[in-house]
Amino acid sequence: MGMLHRALMGLVALASLSASGSALAEDLPLGQAHPWQIKFQEAATPIMAQITDFHNYVTAIIIAITLFVLALMIIVMVRFNEKSNPEPSRTSHNTLLEVAWTVIPIFILVAIAIPSFRLLFAQYDFPKADVSITATGAQWYWSYEYPDEDIAFDSIMVPDANLKPGQPRLLTVDNEVVVPVGANVVVGLKSNDVIHDWAVPSFGIKLDAVPGRLQQTWFRAEKEGWFYGQCSELCGRNHAFMPIAIRVVSQEEYDAWVASKKSASIDTKGKVASARD
Amino acid sequence: MANNAQAEAAHHDHDDHPHGLRRWLFSTNHKDIGTLYLILSLVGGVVGALLSMGMRAELMQPGMQIFGNPEMFNVFVTAHGLIMVFFAVMPATMGAFGNWMVPLMIGAPDMAFPRMNNISFWLLAMAFVLLVSSLFMPGAPGSTGAGAGWTIYAPLSTYGTPGVSVDFAILALHLGGASSILGAINFITTILNMRAPGMTLHKMPLFVWSILVTAFLLLLSLPVLAGAITMLLTDRNFGTAFFDSKHGGDPLLWQHLFWFFGHPEVYIMILPGFGIISQIVATFSRKPVFGYLGMAYAMVAIGVIGFVVWAHHMYAAGLDVNTQAYFVFATMVIAVPTGVKIFSWIATMWGGSIQFKTPMLWALGFIFLFTVGGVTGVMLSNAGVDRSLHDTYYVVAHFHYVLSLGAVFSLFAGWYYWSPKMYGYMYSEFWGKLHFWTMFIGANLAFFPQHFLGLAGMPRRYADYPDAYAGWNLVSSIGAYLAFIGFVLFFVGLIVQFSRKEKAAANPWGPGATTLEWTVSSPPPFHTFDTLPRIK
Repeated sequence: MGMLHRALMGLVALASLSASGSALAEDLPLGQAHPWQIKFQEAATPIMAQITDFHNYVTAIIIAITLFVLALMIIVMVRFNEKSNPEPSRTSHNTLLEVAWTVIPIFILVAIAIPSFRLLFAQYDFPKADVSITATGAQWYWSYEYPDEDIAFDSIMVPDANLKPGQPRLLTVDNEVVVPVGANVVVGLKSNDVIHDWAVPSFGIKLDAVPGRLQQTWFRAEKEGWFYGQCSELCGRNHAFMPIAIRVVSQEEYDAWVASKKSASIDTKGKVASARD
Repeated sequence: MANNAQAEAAHHDHDDHPHGLRRWLFSTNHKDIGTLYLILSLVGGVVGALLSMGMRAELMQPGMQIFGNPEMFNVFVTAHGLIMVFFAVMPATMGAFGNWMVPLMIGAPDMAFPRMNNISFWLLAMAFVLLVSSLFMPGAPGSTGAGAGWTIYAPLSTYGTPGVSVDFAILALHLGGASSILGAINFITTILNMRAPGMTLHKMPLFVWSILVTAFLLLLSLPVLAGAITMLLTDRNFGTAFFDSKHGGDPLLWQHLFWFFGHPEVYIMILPGFGIISQIVATFSRKPVFGYLGMAYAMVAIGVIGFVVWAHHMYAAGLDVNTQAYFVFATMVIAVPTGVKIFSWIATMWGGSIQFKTPMLWALGFIFLFTVGGVTGVMLSNAGVDRSLHDTYYVVAHFHYVLSLGAVFSLFAGWYYWSPKMYGYMYSEFWGKLHFWTMFIGANLAFFPQHFLGLAGMPRRYADYPDAYAGWNLVSSIGAYLAFIGFVLFFVGLIVQFSRKEKAAANPWGPGATTLEWTVSSPPPFHTFDTLPRIK
């Protein structure tokens, strides 16, 4: 598989390079999509890097299969149309061929399944948490708690009219989640009303917040900056308007942010409590 | 195989041929009921397509332009899905072509239960009325219509949408489901008991095989949907708490029940298409189907495996990792029989003498585009990468490639192939081909860029999106408009076909068309096969 794998990866790299060659030159924003993007957002966690590799690998295989089918169809249409082949054959069986096109796909699937299971189990290999966060979905905003730090706040989308220059539309929130770079962050997910979904594309995470359940996911951001996501389970009128914004900062900046939030935590708690009444 | 169809026609022209209301409202004739289903499916298709035009118009640019209330966009999404599935594709595959062609292809005089056939149709027609009226009933607070998606996930469909619109939609699904179960029983009985002497199961045309497998899928999956939506109905109205976690229920129970129905449902939509394509490919290549038994049992295998893969729709719902691993494995297995079908179609054409008539163009388009939709399905079957793709436009692109470009292409292929038989008039090659190329280019332009949107992270069912997604959304909308123009061209072709009245021969396709429906006149007499044909 190794050589085939490398050859296929080369194919993908070539394809994506030629398709987005011009885009590469620009300074692309991290953590969100850019115009005319045709691939995943740039990975900011090891899991997303692994997802991206696996995706490129499978994409190479499926493009090869599709081109193979297309080639066969073109041959058939050119060679076996009524002009070039007026007398059709009566062949309707070929045991060897039929066994081959049943067995070869099985080998291809095994070649996909092995890295697929490796990726799946890596996603569920929870590390020891450096930071724990609880995100609670509600119609139509997220509430966050840092139980170890006694911090809690709501995170509500900033409407278009109030955006400052440089803030992306539909992604900017009033209070973003702040986490330290390189830390293992475990996120607990809950919902107060209907099902929501907490997703951050550049982190490779997406998990439903289901009423009555506490579910967990995790990430380790290895780049500093702003990372955005959006609710990914239909939740009613403002489904498109409850984004997720995460600011990844250095450990010192994080400590300072925690200290500043703690001093304001009584106010924040009061606000959360009244908002839920 | 030959039988004396002309004499039969002459014999029957004067007796037992009801007219007007008696013919259409009380119809027990499989051909008339097939035509009624066809009309319903066209109405459903037009309504569903108009809803999608509304959505694409909104999504053409970032910001809210068409819909004042984003909930109305959700209502359009929901209605588009439900109507296309239950009132456009299903009535066309099973209802129209199944009813018309199954008795003709197996040499039966009619369906086994003609009166049940009648009530199957009228239940579905009433279900459509209920579903369309749900659009105007109170839904979520401050809006009308059910906006919980075609998957009607609880609790968005219970206390998330207090208005009666969801109850209307549930009852519509109940009626539609009952209609399909009755239809399935009818098809199974007809196919198992009423084949002409000599036609063993292994001599049956592949279209009939596809309808048989589909009927079993309907029979086994729809009762689960009926049970689930009844639970939803009692949760909404009678104080039960099957899906309400506040009182000990579980929203995930709904998802398991829904997808236990929902996954076989996608095969219910595509399998008859497989059957249609097999007939057409063999006819226009002037060759028998390659690997007939493999083709038939590939469909059986797809049907069986289709029942044990449902939770691949729920990778993001928080399932246990080992559960996800099982569903990854089971889902991938489906690629094998699907591959057998694709390669057997190509092998059928290999060595053939292909005529590029309109039905064959649609069939060739189907095979390629279904391959594209199939391989992205292999991608999505992997839970690890589905973490990034679930509920994004990648999924929208995938299932429109298998349904909008797969199932729908097979339906148009079937129409151009069989409409000369059904109504006795040849379609216009010019309009048929123009229809094909417009729709082929339009639908690809609409759906291919959606892969890019999904990869870049755009969630589905969004009325508005971050500005970075504007480019491909514009392309997608232009493609959708073009595809809609293609749909209009279909109706132009239909008018040309029925106004110029060019008579179709009993067998307009020549020696490649070997199934029994080509032995009767075009259009067939009101009653066929009073004397059963003998199959050698």
